[in-house]
Amino acid sequence: MSILAVKDLTIHIGAARPVDGISFDIAAGECFTLLGESGCGKSMTALGIMRLLPAAAQVASGSVSFEGTELLALPESGMRDMRGGGIGMIFQEPATSLNPVLTVGRQIVEALELHGGLQGAAARARAEDLLDQVGIPDPRRRLDEYPFQLSGGLRQRVMIAIALAGAPRLLIADEPTTALDVTIQAQVLDLLDELRRQQGMALLLITHDLGVVARMADRVGVMYAGQLVEEAPRRAFFSQPAHPYSVRLFAALPDAERRGGRLATIPGSVPAADVRHEGCRFAERCCEVMPQCRQAPPPWREVDAMQRVRCFLPGAAPGVAAEVGAGGAAFAAEAKPLLEVADLKVHFPIRRGILRRAVGAVRAVDGMSLQLKPGRTLALVGESGCGKTTAGKAMLQLLRPTAGSVRLDGVELTTRSTSELRPLRAKMQMVFQDPFASLNPRLRIGDIIAEGMQALSVGGGDAAAKVGPLLEQVGLRADMVSRYPHEFSGGQRQRIAIARALAVKPQLLICDEPTSALDVSVQAQILNLLSDLQRELKLAYLFITHNIAVVDYLAHDVAVMYLGRVVERGSADEVLRHPRHPYTQALLAAVPRIDGVGREVVKLAGDMPSPANPPAGCHFHPRCPLADANCQRAYPAETLFGATHAVRCIKAV
Amino acid sequence: MSFQIVLLWSDALLFVLIAAIVGLALWARRQDALRAAWGRVLKDGVAMAAATVLAVFVLIGLLDSLHYRARLEAQPGAAARYAVEVNSALDALLSDLRQRGEKTYSAPLATHLFAKEALENSTQREFPRLKHGGAHLGQDLSGHEFDIALRLSRGLAAALAVWLALVALVSRTRKQEFMAVLRVMRSGIPGDGAGNDPKVVQSKATGAVLVALLAILLLFGVALSLGGGYHVFGTDKVGQDVLYLSLKSIRTGLLIGTLTTLVMLPLAVLLGILAGYVGGWVDDLIQYLYTTLSSIPGVLLIAAAVLMMQVIIDTHPQWFATSAERADARLLALCLILGMTSWTGVARLLRGETLKLRELEFVQAAQAFGVGRFAIMRRHILPNLMHIVLIALVMDFSGLVLAEAVLSYVGVGVDPTTISFGTMINTARMELAREPMVWWSLAAAFSFMFALVLAANLFADAVRDAFDPRSST
Repeated sequence: MSILAVKDLTIHIGAARPVDGISFDIAAGECFTLLGESGCGKSMTALGIMRLLPAAAQVASGSVSFEGTELLALPESGMRDMRGGGIGMIFQEPATSLNPVLTVGRQIVEALELHGGLQGAAARARAEDLLDQVGIPDPRRRLDEYPFQLSGGLRQRVMIAIALAGAPRLLIADEPTTALDVTIQAQVLDLLDELRRQQGMALLLITHDLGVVARMADRVGVMYAGQLVEEAPRRAFFSQPAHPYSVRLFAALPDAERRGGRLATIPGSVPAADVRHEGCRFAERCCEVMPQCRQAPPPWREVDAMQRVRCFLPGAAPGVAAEVGAGGAAFAAEAKPLLEVADLKVHFPIRRGILRRAVGAVRAVDGMSLQLKPGRTLALVGESGCGKTTAGKAMLQLLRPTAGSVRLDGVELTTRSTSELRPLRAKMQMVFQDPFASLNPRLRIGDIIAEGMQALSVGGGDAAAKVGPLLEQVGLRADMVSRYPHEFSGGQRQRIAIARALAVKPQLLICDEPTSALDVSVQAQILNLLSDLQRELKLAYLFITHNIAVVDYLAHDVAVMYLGRVVERGSADEVLRHPRHPYTQALLAAVPRIDGVGREVVKLAGDMPSPANPPAGCHFHPRCPLADANCQRAYPAETLFGATHAVRCIKAV
Repeated sequence: MSFQIVLLWSDALLFVLIAAIVGLALWARRQDALRAAWGRVLKDGVAMAAATVLAVFVLIGLLDSLHYRARLEAQPGAAARYAVEVNSALDALLSDLRQRGEKTYSAPLATHLFAKEALENSTQREFPRLKHGGAHLGQDLSGHEFDIALRLSRGLAAALAVWLALVALVSRTRKQEFMAVLRVMRSGIPGDGAGNDPKVVQSKATGAVLVALLAILLLFGVALSLGGGYHVFGTDKVGQDVLYLSLKSIRTGLLIGTLTTLVMLPLAVLLGILAGYVGGWVDDLIQYLYTTLSSIPGVLLIAAAVLMMQVIIDTHPQWFATSAERADARLLALCLILGMTSWTGVARLLRGETLKLRELEFVQAAQAFGVGRFAIMRRHILPNLMHIVLIALVMDFSGLVLAEAVLSYVGVGVDPTTISFGTMINTARMELAREPMVWWSLAAAFSFMFALVLAANLFADAVRDAFDPRSST
């Protein structure tokens, strides 16, 4: 018996059709995930079900029936009872989905008053129950706190508590953990799963992350360009994906097995929503495309009782053989290090009072040391707020370090003035996280790429002539020089950012989460490009990321950061296969795996403490499952395991 | 020579400004990117219609800036002497309007004064006849309405004829059918979506210009034809023709709007960006400066500055050959003072936006390349602030015209002899309290200001859109 039945839902925004005839059912207590890349209409579908579409969008046709009630025919007042009461919803960004000027308690009680008919003390007691239920410690105190006093994970829990206040039978979660760290993501996913089982609540989970799907889903619907292209139970989907798009999504995922080889990519990007499709929507990007694919849209084809797919291909789509490349660019490990960082510290003073005296400091980076050899990739891994981006910027001297030394090719950088640094800037460059913010929207691509060459007088004056070949080197066309950044997709922009950095012929590239804003298939393109460039140009990468799978695929060496310090470092194999620090172990265990094989789970409680006030002794001890009194005494010294594997933990064995 | 050319400081500045704009336009023609952006403006129907209206205002302002002193009649052989009164080319063109003053208020198109007076040789209080308004009718006023209708239709017909000749000229130069040019005008009316074919778009803009010209010509024709015999907008308290006052006000408005903006904008942009980007003590200093400036009530600060300046001007009469020069100096000083006091708002806005932009990754990327501070401000910060600057510019343009009105009300605005929208509105304030109300000088001032500010707004909108790469695909 299905609780929600969506039939042929079509949503128009002007001429665009972000959702174009989508149908699915969700049974009571079931978790159905909508999987797809950005821009394929997942969120629009959820908003269409809730009738919360933006003003420009409207449901053109179709039906949404919830427990037998046709939602699209309900008057607005009836729909208001349904929202929160029948169907709850939580959003991606916990930072903006709570009202910052109301206490948490007030916001939960508001939902309880509306949907539970509770008032006053009874509502407050119930709110406390709810906070307890979503695993917030000390709920009574938290009720009177404001959202800014809570961490991202706690805020998302509060959002879930609010959604639960109306005891909904269906919860729509739109990328609920995308903005959260893996350890927090694991906590929130566990919570959602537990609540679903306890309360028999159905869950419509929208995500782009195959790992989350593997962890949560009963059934999976793959969306592409406004349509479902495949529907399957989780087990079948992960063992035998039927649509070429699904197959490619799996092949594009980076992991250790593909290390040194190339990731399968999906050429191009998701078509714009206002493109009219004659045949199959995926035909343009499909490797198995046949003439008939371009003539008529493929009908649903049953693969078996539960799995169906919109594709003309008989049988399952052929798998994509992982191309094993000529081995990673493991350059002579005994070479002289290119980058040496010793005891780097970046402290931001906290100023108070009229005279703005420094009363303390945020120790964003608090004594980190690492080495990077030419042609190798060092991954700097850690949760958000651990100081990895700050460390990267301090190495480039974009932020002046408080203490410590940074030597590039034997030259000390920290003592040089801005003008003395300029000639050295060509040796080290940075690729930023957000391709939408890292390109000046007012400059043409040619000017953006030529800027560094002109500023550093690289390329002998004729910078403009060098731009074309650079664009081709990163897989774009040379005739794109006179376009503006907004004409490019996210992946193309990141290529432009890489071309800009390469223009000055650097030896070291600091990549600050270069793929975290990109879709899986595009991420694969960028990762391929980065590894090609490393092979060709013998670049050294300092790869700052929180994505363990990317690290596994790309990195030769790994350093794990916690609260401004490196807690474990070593070769990728040593750190990722045989983690010794309990934090590394927990971090690795928290990553949802697509093969669904659970590891020995080390659960982390709570959040990262503030770098303004780090715990005494080992910074990790308040969250550490192994901690005892000894851990609180002093920060542990580095223990070496083998030649390269170093761990800062007294419990490490 | 029967006259002596007088070059007032404001005239010189205005001509330099126009020359600079023309020079910039010629330079922009050679830059591909700029030419493409301005090409988009040229193809925008609304923008071109607004530009046409603005051009008419600027033309009137320029005519009003060609100043001269007429030569006085003198004995042959004696040294030439020139009148103390400085007139402009516009005054010469409008000498009819200027010289045909009445005694006091009269309504638009009236034949009698607005108020009853004791007539000569009579004990009765009557509405006296106007000296000039409707004087051609003689004593027989039965033909008044007919005469107005006749002049109206004559004016309209003449305007239409001129316009049709203009359309014929366009069709000739474009080698298009006459009717075809007329037809594209229909598509030039905004809201009529006629595809995006470049030729159609181009002719759409032409159509819009032609429509705007038609409207302007019709108004012009009517004003000209009616103005020959009547006061179209009536007369003010001392009997001056309100239409003449409105036309003369245009130059003052344009000057205050543009010159003040020229003083204010560099200050606001420079200080705003410096404060936001450099930070530290520079930021503190600039913030203290504008906080102090804006903590003093604006009007009082300006009043104090203007009064000081007035004392200087009054104590140095030898500096000025004519009263026009003195009034001009006061106008320029007012622009300077307004500019020096009104940059704070825009600077604060730009500082905030710069603080945001500074943290964006493209700025950090430029820093990683070792690009200099000022190059970053110029290449990365300033272009991304231009939309704010442009909006602020237009808002301030209209705001400044209004500020002038407020200051004239307090008595610290332009020189009393300078005709401006501000002085017009200021005198209208008293007139509104009369019963029956004297509404025409206010209405005339407002309709001229409305047309000027609206045209400037529409044009600036189109410019902003054309220069925003994100909105031009």
